[in-house]
Amino acid sequence: MITTAWWASEDFWRKATIWITAFMVVVLIVLTYDSLSQISAGTERVPAYSAINNRIYYRQDKSRNMPVPVIGDPAPLFGKILSETEAEALVEKGKITTQAKNCMGCHTILGNGAYFAPDLTKAWLDPAWGSEGTREQLMMRFLLDPPANSRGYGSKRRMPNLGITEEEARGIIAFLKWMSTIDTNGFPRNFTPIAQEGDR
Amino acid sequence: MKLGVLDSSNLTGGQQLAVKYYTVAVVLFGAQILFGLFAGLQFLAPEFGYNVLDFSVNRMVHVNAMIVWMLYGFIGAIYWLVEEEAGTELVGLKLGNLAFWVLTAAVTVVVLVYLFVQTGPGEIESIWFINEGREYIEAPRWADIGIVVCLLVFFYNVAATFMKGKWSGISGVLVFDLVAVAGLYLAGMFYTTNVSVEQYWWWWVIHLWVEATWEVLIGCIMAWGLIKTLGASRKIVTTWLYIEVALMLGAGILGLGHHYFWIGTPEYWFTVGGFFSALEPVPLVAMVVHAVYDSGVHRFKNTNHPALAWLIAHAFGNFFGAGVFGFMHTLPQVNLYTHGTQWSSSHGHFAFFGAYATINIAMFYIALQKWRGNVYMSAGLADNGWKWKWALGLLNMGVVGMTMALLVSGYEQAFVERALGGSTWAAYFAAQNSVWFIQGMLWREIFGLMTAAGFGLLVWDLVTIGRTETRSMLIPAEAAKAAA
Repeated sequence: MITTAWWASEDFWRKATIWITAFMVVVLIVLTYDSLSQISAGTERVPAYSAINNRIYYRQDKSRNMPVPVIGDPAPLFGKILSETEAEALVEKGKITTQAKNCMGCHTILGNGAYFAPDLTKAWLDPAWGSEGTREQLMMRFLLDPPANSRGYGSKRRMPNLGITEEEARGIIAFLKWMSTIDTNGFPRNFTPIAQEGDR
Repeated sequence: MKLGVLDSSNLTGGQQLAVKYYTVAVVLFGAQILFGLFAGLQFLAPEFGYNVLDFSVNRMVHVNAMIVWMLYGFIGAIYWLVEEEAGTELVGLKLGNLAFWVLTAAVTVVVLVYLFVQTGPGEIESIWFINEGREYIEAPRWADIGIVVCLLVFFYNVAATFMKGKWSGISGVLVFDLVAVAGLYLAGMFYTTNVSVEQYWWWWVIHLWVEATWEVLIGCIMAWGLIKTLGASRKIVTTWLYIEVALMLGAGILGLGHHYFWIGTPEYWFTVGGFFSALEPVPLVAMVVHAVYDSGVHRFKNTNHPALAWLIAHAFGNFFGAGVFGFMHTLPQVNLYTHGTQWSSSHGHFAFFGAYATINIAMFYIALQKWRGNVYMSAGLADNGWKWKWALGLLNMGVVGMTMALLVSGYEQAFVERALGGSTWAAYFAAQNSVWFIQGMLWREIFGLMTAAGFGLLVWDLVTIGRTETRSMLIPAEAAKAAA
């Protein structure tokens, strides 16, 4: 009679499956607790929503060998300093709008989404907006009427008119500014931010 | 019972329910291809459908139809095998039928809203009733709740049927896995403003479904399929299933980390995600070895040629599409350049088709064989079986062609936009406008049309195969004897 070696037996692999799975789940839960504590709003990696009151820089961190966002001097969005609650409400308006308008159906957010339009992770810091002085105005004009203010860079792709209201556009701009403060471990690679007064 | 005629009395209650799921799955498969062709065309002719069927709408329907048809295929496959595996009748057939109609009605409403309402105002109500705007799980919240309820009905039916009948290794793994499939969906059902936290949980649904629990699910279906078509030994198949699941979950659960490189999460995910996701292809190698070895032992003599061919296509497609093409850009050093480019869609097309579409199609053939009264489907089919062979060839070549074309575009994008261009919007468009990128997109569309032709032929074959057959199905032992 042929006997099965222990390492080839059904019983051994059933037990191995259960133990390996259980172990990996426990490790994932532990890492999840740790990660969530490091990415709640108001931490070093994911700054508080009130960061939209300040100028955002991008600086090369030599020890980590990657560029990291830095929150600089006061530079209030739409000329008004907001409390943490007000800032959160504005960013929330923008975040819900990005979901309701299905921005991820064309764009990527933190690199995730579709690849028909550019990544939005660092949209606030993109040189597309010319200069700091014109940025808010240009972003607002673009969002309110994308077809007329299309920035296709020689391609025929244009953002469609999604009926974004002025209030929603303010929210989207706040959300984009806040998102640019997130420490994304150097993603997107090699990013060249907009030239800003006081750049270091 | 007349051989070759589609007759529901050939099927058990669970199997009658299964073919309903399969029918909707095939319709959604068609929708996936159609809207994929529209979206692909918009890369070449951006004015196509502008402001009517924008890219975002086509793409949303394309990926959602895919997720839903695959789920329908899996649910169908499990309803197909549960009674035979448990040795008893399905406990809640009426409830199962009700859940099918509720789910199908919900899917229809969701698709109509996607197509005709498309987007909503920036209010939480839009997320509840129009779409959630989150890739793959765009379905609005009301539909999420419906999906969970229907999955619970399904889970009850499967678990209770096994409890009433008998358990096996396959059914044990299956029931355990279904708890995870339903439970993980809940991780995607809440709103948060913090985009890092949102994407953290969003990946629990997407990754732990497609790279862990779905793989286990198809491992079970594959195990059952090999017993069914080849008459493979249950003991060997079950042992292999455990090995595969141990490796799959051992690598895949923490392989989740490859989605946590760039969303704000800590740097230790580079190590955890890079290491474990690099191991993810290992169980897929095991699956190929297992399928090919078993087929070889039985000299490829089997009861259902199209089904076995698709099972083998699954083993290789899963390994190359999910395993090799995933590994190719899973290390953070590479992923920094490729994340969010056409590399991902190259991998996505090959992986979803190779791992999941293939095995569902195999199950469709197994179902049709019995539905037509256990008709003969081994070697020497009418017309030499040209339809299923050409469908197999066109679908596989079409998808592999799309994969390669997208990879060319992806390379171009990674080089021009990331490595050279500084990842700005201007750099993005410099890549999109480059000749090689556009050529890749053109070839993708051509191979997309090939895939569509393959689909058309597949449907034609599914409708006609076995209709004029006068021979009955071989049982596996007879098939093996024919080989001797």
